[in-house]
Amino acid sequence: MEFQFLAKGIALAGCALGAGIALIAGVGPGIGEGQAVASALEAIGRQPECKGDVTSTMILGCALAETTGIYGFVTGLLLVFVAPGSFMNLLG
Amino acid sequence: MDIDISGARIFFELPIDLPLLGPLRISETLLVSWLVILVVTGLCMWLTHDLKTENISKRQAVAEMLVEMANNFVVGNMGEKFRYFVPFVAGLFATSVVSNLIGLLGLRSPTADLATEFAWAVVVFIMITAQKIKVGGVGGYLLDFTKPIPILAPFNVLSELATPIGMAFRHFGNILSGVVINALLYAALAVASSALLGMLPGVLGDVLAQIPILDVGVPAITSVYFDWVSGVLQAFIFCMLTVMFIANAAAEE
Repeated sequence: MEFQFLAKGIALAGCALGAGIALIAGVGPGIGEGQAVASALEAIGRQPECKGDVTSTMILGCALAETTGIYGFVTGLLLVFVAPGSFMNLLG
Repeated sequence: MDIDISGARIFFELPIDLPLLGPLRISETLLVSWLVILVVTGLCMWLTHDLKTENISKRQAVAEMLVEMANNFVVGNMGEKFRYFVPFVAGLFATSVVSNLIGLLGLRSPTADLATEFAWAVVVFIMITAQKIKVGGVGGYLLDFTKPIPILAPFNVLSELATPIGMAFRHFGNILSGVVINALLYAALAVASSALLGMLPGVLGDVLAQIPILDVGVPAITSVYFDWVSGVLQAFIFCMLTVMFIANAAAEE
């Protein structure tokens, strides 16, 4: 039936578009972590003997700031791999 | 390319009906979690049998170093009066690290399933709430939600709920993305190697195209970040956040 095809097409297109839009969330951690690394480099430049402490704190902070980027990534993954299957089941 | 990134496989369903959750499902996550429990218990028993006070073996030195690291971490971040949290935090860290790293053996990490992290986050949320109630009483806990301005109460509740959800999703997202990216990389390299080796003439090409030669080497490099660094770091961050939130809850006067 024509309508069935159209509905499935729209659903798949929606999933693909949504996945692309979801990954725009990767911009945030990129900017934030870049700024964190810049501050860390400045601190090391000012006081070279605290390199170990500054580096480990920076890595910890970066892993925490990565959270919202991971939210977007997991949403994109779900839309590409899990949603089409469940939509096809729904639409028959 | 036949990759299966749909989730943990359910092996069978027992007909026991839990009230809200439906039938009891024995999934891959559950079985590998039991394996993780056995590994951690076995490791602890091996490290701590036959202890001496003088002339200690290297095994005992390692065990003492681990206990000292755990004690310093918890007491250093929370203060001396929270020494009773050391077993919980150390157990959580060990379970999390072994769960994340068991993916290297070919099994599916139980932490690649949101249920595992969600359970830990619920436990931690209950501990944080219990600490807040212990400090201020139930009335004080409820009043804290209206603290700056009463209008902000819904946002305070939301931010309170965001804590365990964020902790669970951070851990889950990092581990799941590692699993998916590794699966995609293996599949892509297998397709590339079969295309490359299929160009050899005749039967040699047909036979060699079945062997994914390019799968050796490159996935190991990405696996250093996704499995080792990410696994240990996310476990450490989960424990660090637990410790910090409970210490914050206890310090609110």
